[in-house]
Amino acid sequence: MLQNSQMKGRARTLAAHAILITYTIIALFPVIVIVINSFKTRNAIFRSPLSPPNSETFSLVGYETVWNQGDFVLYFQNSLIVTIMSLALVLLFGAMAAFALSEYRFRGNSLMGLYLALGIMIPIRLGTVSILQIMVASGLVNTLTALILVYTAQGLPLAVFILSEFMRGISDDLKNAGRIDGLSEYRIFGRLVLPLIRPALATVAVFTMIPIWNDLWFPLILAPAEETKTVTLGAQIFIGQFVTNWNAVLSSLSLAIVPVLILYLIFSKQLIRGITSGAVK
Amino acid sequence: MGSLKLNSIHKSFGSVDVLHDIDLQVPDGEFVVFVGPSGCGKSTLLRIIAGLETTSSGTIEIDGNIVNAQSPTERGIAMVFQTYALYPHLTVRDNMSLGLKQAKFPKAEIAERVNMATTMLSLEDYLDRRPAELSGGQRQRVAIGRAVVREPTLFLFDEPLSNLDAALRVNTRLEIARLHDELKSTMIYVTHDQTEAMTLADRIVVLNQGRVAQVGAPMELYNNPANMFVAGFIGSPKMNFINASDVGSSKAATIGVRPEHLSIDTKKGDWKGSVTHVEHLGADTNIYVNCESAGPLTVRLFGEHSYETGQMIFATPQANKVIEFGADEATLQ
Ligand SMILES: Nc1ncnc2c1ncn2[C@@H]1O[C@H](COP(=O)(O)OP(=O)(O)O)[C@@H](O)[C@H]1O
Ligand SMILES: [Mg+2]
Repeated sequence: MLQNSQMKGRARTLAAHAILITYTIIALFPVIVIVINSFKTRNAIFRSPLSPPNSETFSLVGYETVWNQGDFVLYFQNSLIVTIMSLALVLLFGAMAAFALSEYRFRGNSLMGLYLALGIMIPIRLGTVSILQIMVASGLVNTLTALILVYTAQGLPLAVFILSEFMRGISDDLKNAGRIDGLSEYRIFGRLVLPLIRPALATVAVFTMIPIWNDLWFPLILAPAEETKTVTLGAQIFIGQFVTNWNAVLSSLSLAIVPVLILYLIFSKQLIRGITSGAVK
Repeated sequence: MGSLKLNSIHKSFGSVDVLHDIDLQVPDGEFVVFVGPSGCGKSTLLRIIAGLETTSSGTIEIDGNIVNAQSPTERGIAMVFQTYALYPHLTVRDNMSLGLKQAKFPKAEIAERVNMATTMLSLEDYLDRRPAELSGGQRQRVAIGRAVVREPTLFLFDEPLSNLDAALRVNTRLEIARLHDELKSTMIYVTHDQTEAMTLADRIVVLNQGRVAQVGAPMELYNNPANMFVAGFIGSPKMNFINASDVGSSKAATIGVRPEHLSIDTKKGDWKGSVTHVEHLGADTNIYVNCESAGPLTVRLFGEHSYETGQMIFATPQANKVIEFGADEATLQ
């Protein structure tokens, strides 16, 4: 009997792992193909796209092209500035709005919450034309500021929504204890509430960061100038109408993965805590 | 110093009236307990006294000054919460000293006060731990210590024992009583547990649906309840209420007899009935009786008694212990 149930348990574990491994392979497959092909010669990429580079087919020509092709360092810098600045603003304003919505009773509180959450359902790209007009009128076209403003607006709805839900979960007693100890509302926000919702902040950070880093739409429309190009936009120069430099495209894409990967690793420990916090606590 | 005066406090949340016309005077050094069922507005009243909640109307005076517009810190109060509400990222020492640091006390004085509080509450061994590394009872002692170091004019406790298990609850209750003896400060204590109220209070304020049902010393409430609500709330097991017309009483609508003021005889007595259930508590025996005229009654006998379920018995109230209530539920004199 006991053995039987043990066997069953093991079979179940195996099945779960099989499913998870399959999923992992499917999810990682395109990334791996990009990375291994970025280290191969052009012929080898087309002859056998799935085989890893060997001594014959190994080549860094793609990376060399990217490196020599003007301004990839600048593009990276632009992407990083835009992503990190937007992320910081989304987290700061999102958390502040969420605190006000969850902590204070005022007229129109729930209406305001609904209004702020509306942006989750309405894609910001629908407003591209008006956004472009605004940016032209305010002289922000071809600046990183334009991108940062748009991405902040894009990220805020989800941030406010998630963070205010988490903040409602923090005990009132704790905040009141802080008030009795003479902490100002800012310190209660900064010293008591923010540390307690760190996992939620990390979750929001990851979900905000990845679409910004990968976005091609707004850089192309609002900041296509050479000095404000982001990495995703920069990689487009290798995709021609008639000829595409696949070595360079794959290399630049591989490089573009690295910074997000690093940011993700920074947040991921917190993120996992955030996802499981409801289940474990 | 720490006297408190509430003048016709009224509080509503939107259209819901939570507190109606609360008047109360607490002299310096008194231990007052607010007791009442869950949701009757005890915590709201305490938060209003603390300054964590505004009043809809009415004034709060501490030491003769109206403090409605003052923050909790300016009022000089300290509060202990049911959920402990310790800062999770700070050590026990920092939890206790945060308030004093905020008030810019000199380091030496902070250390001295924390020392005094830790000795008083035997927390010396835990000073460098974080709240997560403490048991529930220890956490609540830290929370009490955090209140003590501030040397407040008023101590406020909001159901501080509710999250503790039974044994710890008794210990911590004694600790709070001792604290009051040593510090002689004014303390206001909220609970829904009438045992805590009876054992700790100099004076009890019984609240019912946002109104003061009665204010008085514990034994006064037990012996002379002002109405049926107080009579039923104070005392355990609960007072028996009997429809007066069923037992042929004169002017009252309802009469009340406490379970401990009923005696049982197998041969003769006032109210005939059958035993429906017997509980043996060791020192006491609770007998549930279904009487023909008086309806279901609880009888509390001291010591060990053997009655069988279904047995016919007679219950008789002690003559001068029957309380009569009018149709409006108020006690008739
Ligand atoms: N912030 C609030 N908003 C709306 N209603 C509230 C609020 N706080 C308390 N109440 C209501 O006030 C009543 C009294 O609550 P409370 O003072 O917490 O009761 P108690 O502490 O006696 O159990 C309850 O009915 C509760 O629903
Ligand atoms: Mg309460």
